[in-house]
Amino acid sequence: MSDERAVTDGGSGEAAQSPWFLPVVLFGGMVFGFGLGFSQMARPEVVLDFLQFEDFGLVFVMGGAAVVTGTTFFLATRLLDRAPLTGDAYTRRLKSFDRNVLVGGGIFGVGWGLSGICPGAAYASLGVGNVTILWAIAGMFLGAYLQGWWRARDATSTTTATSAD
Amino acid sequence: MVDALTQVAGAGAGAVAGANLAETAGLLLQSGEPLLPPEYFPNGWERYAIGGLFVGLGVAIIYLASGIIAGASTFLETTLSYVSDLPRFNRGKYLRSRDWRVVFTVGIVGGAAIYALLFQDGAWTTAVQPWRLFAGGILVGVGTRLGKGCTSGHGVCGVGSASRTSLVNVATFMLIAVGTAQLVAALGVSP
Repeated sequence: MSDERAVTDGGSGEAAQSPWFLPVVLFGGMVFGFGLGFSQMARPEVVLDFLQFEDFGLVFVMGGAAVVTGTTFFLATRLLDRAPLTGDAYTRRLKSFDRNVLVGGGIFGVGWGLSGICPGAAYASLGVGNVTILWAIAGMFLGAYLQGWWRARDATSTTTATSAD
Repeated sequence: MVDALTQVAGAGAGAVAGANLAETAGLLLQSGEPLLPPEYFPNGWERYAIGGLFVGLGVAIIYLASGIIAGASTFLETTLSYVSDLPRFNRGKYLRSRDWRVVFTVGIVGGAAIYALLFQDGAWTTAVQPWRLFAGGILVGVGTRLGKGCTSGHGVCGVGSASRTSLVNVATFMLIAVGTAQLVAALGVSP
């Protein structure tokens, strides 16, 4: 597990390198959201059906998406030089492994199994008219805040005035 | 394999034409035996696969243009930096990416709305109870941020990167989520 070095989180994000940067991000997000809608992932019921072994379609959603990203990452890191809109190098998404990956994955699993929602699908669900999903989105922001508050507090109580990662 | 790809392409065209996907469901071997038992796919498998290809394509468009590997859950923390002074949310990499992450999320909502306008009869709302959505959302918010990613970050981009960290995270949340959902259903909570 430790062979994976932590790399920068999704590029530098030094926005506005090109006037096309935000329009392309918007377009990519729309394609992403369209896919979540089309694949029924914007419906928590369908996710819960998968987790109860009543509809295995979700395997094709994640599998189909990972085949496209995997092929793209594989080819771009070998054949392409730098991204046109930012000048960033092409990398793979490699995060360092530690206990938080397991604990966080477990907590996420309980939440996903309870509600059938995850972040991207929740935003998409709003797009298909599901205003009830605002409960989930509010919960996610609260959870992210609690996590940040707790880790900041943890960091200041264990070390003196050094900011955690 | 070629047959399967042809069928996916055919199903895609059918979907665009508004054809009933259920009628085109059922990947057949040449012998006529169903390769995928239909009882596991009550709604067919094509729309899931086609939707998944679009999800991957959205990531690929942003990646090829900018080198950025976009996941959906970092938006939660970076957006909190607009309203919170906690140093945790105001790290440089968050401040630098928070604007485009808002744009990405607006795109997700808009893209799903386009799907709804083209393929869905009016607004759709979930019957899953609000307390489940809210409590699940809190755990999802804690878990994705602690665990460094979510179903798109680890599940799609991390798995697409053959990252062992992501594969371990996905296996963990899948197992726990299956157990949780089964338990909740066994307790009679529905929907």
